[in-house]
Amino acid sequence: MTRTASSVGIVTARIAHFDVPLHLSSGAVLPQYQLVYETYGVLAEGKDNAVLVCHALSGSHHVAGQYAGDPRAVGWWENMVGPGKPVDTDRFFVIGVNNLGGCHGSTGPSSVNPVTGQPYGSGFPFLTVEDWVESQARLADHLGISTFAAVMGGSLGAMQALQWTIRFPERVRHALIIAAAPCLSAQNIGFNEVARQAITSDPHFHGGDFYAQGVVPERGLRLARMLGHITYLSDDAMMTKFGRELLGGTPRFSLEVEFEIESYLRHQGKKFSERFDANTYLIMTKALDYFDPARAAGGVLARALKPARAQFLVLSFTTDWRFSPARSREIVQALLDNRAVVSYAEIDSNQGHDAFLMENEDYFAVMFAYFERIAGECPP
Amino acid sequence: MIRADYELIAQGVPVESRVLDLGCGDGQLLAHLQRVRRVSGYGIEIVPERVVAALRQGIPVLQVNLEEGLSGFSDHSFDTVILSQTLQAMRHTKEILREMLRVGREGIVTFPNFGYWKHRWQVLNGTMPKSEDMPYEWYDTPNVHLCTLHDFERLCADIGIQVIERRVMNPAGRTVDLMPNLWGSLAYYRIRLQA
Repeated sequence: MTRTASSVGIVTARIAHFDVPLHLSSGAVLPQYQLVYETYGVLAEGKDNAVLVCHALSGSHHVAGQYAGDPRAVGWWENMVGPGKPVDTDRFFVIGVNNLGGCHGSTGPSSVNPVTGQPYGSGFPFLTVEDWVESQARLADHLGISTFAAVMGGSLGAMQALQWTIRFPERVRHALIIAAAPCLSAQNIGFNEVARQAITSDPHFHGGDFYAQGVVPERGLRLARMLGHITYLSDDAMMTKFGRELLGGTPRFSLEVEFEIESYLRHQGKKFSERFDANTYLIMTKALDYFDPARAAGGVLARALKPARAQFLVLSFTTDWRFSPARSREIVQALLDNRAVVSYAEIDSNQGHDAFLMENEDYFAVMFAYFERIAGECPP
Repeated sequence: MIRADYELIAQGVPVESRVLDLGCGDGQLLAHLQRVRRVSGYGIEIVPERVVAALRQGIPVLQVNLEEGLSGFSDHSFDTVILSQTLQAMRHTKEILREMLRVGREGIVTFPNFGYWKHRWQVLNGTMPKSEDMPYEWYDTPNVHLCTLHDFERLCADIGIQVIERRVMNPAGRTVDLMPNLWGSLAYYRIRLQA
């Protein structure tokens, strides 16, 4: 049964244009837009083997594989998606899409506004998880997929998968809700706000219209990412990985890098600020803050999830303090109240929130088992 | 292979009812009940490998620690709550029995009968008992609260639980009517809260 896992190999991104105006939650309208996406595997004749992978805060459509000429540009969920991997591309047709408002090729704040001929910048509308799901559904239409075998994601990606089951119940057979929360806590929003303040208070931000100035609010982005990284890791994992050894052995009484964690965070911040758009970061964190399906249902999550017809797999990680297992259990509880078909596993991991991106024996065993079940429902 | 108590349990579970299987293991019992009784419901399991095995069976399984109760489940949300060969391995015996009958209208409990003659005989001979239904050495057994039929029935009476039905089996899988606390190795009880 065990096969050697491999990579989907060289992949190419594609672009879908949409001319039908998209009415957003904010009231704004996007008259036209494009979504960049990648696909792996083959869509079955019955079109019943499609899996949609939704990305988290800083992810993209590049879920698996590499780009020709750039072997280092490996997909962000390479360990999960590919031949012989849990989401087996020999069985499933997997789609990765960059969310609207993103900075990897889908229409976003750094794209040129056809009306002005200038980058949208501060003029780009705020978006919600609901808007993303709406736009993803149009991509599904474009690809001729009426029902997904599974819609999946971790963190913010899981929120999109959850929203899919509410908004398009008939189009989702299975939803995989990994390292999620039914809404952000005040603490979560607090961290996001600090990150946003770091960006907007950078003198290079220029109210969001920095493109024309030829600058990037790099320092703000760095700080935002550094803060983010602290919340993605567990205290334990951080201590194990970086410890508190002084690089020089003794204190140098300077503000230069002395502890390894400082060097790590600076490195991560720098890397991120070179590839990510500041406005996208603001839009993505606001979408996280706004997500709260229960709000429109009198604060009762079960009522919000009533329309859902999908079967669910909810996964949490023991040391995730950003979206703790208790938050996942809120989702499970609501699904139980609705008598939905739901499975739940709490994966033992010391990796914190980031665990959903890491290879872990228990985690992957669950994913393999669950996708085998899904595959059994859409025979080759 | 279907375990001896599965058939018995299936007989006590109404067709198309809602079932919660506590300590569902690899999910065989619930899968069996889905087949022969078309039940819906969930298995509960704590051990990661068994959760994976249950997922492979195709049953909905929730990784929950039974010792912490069933707080995720609302009152009377199931027709039957099953505790199959798990009671003896639980620390919070009374609590789980009460929780079963809070979330379910009826409970089904099966456990190895410590009063079975082979067990008594081994104790008389000065060793800890081992048998088909209690296959562990004393030093590596998961069982912490073994009991006899009498013990279980006394506990039920003490905490306001009514026994609706009792069936006792020998290792050959045959029902034992004569002196069941001596000749029976496996006990099956259907229980509910006293009116």
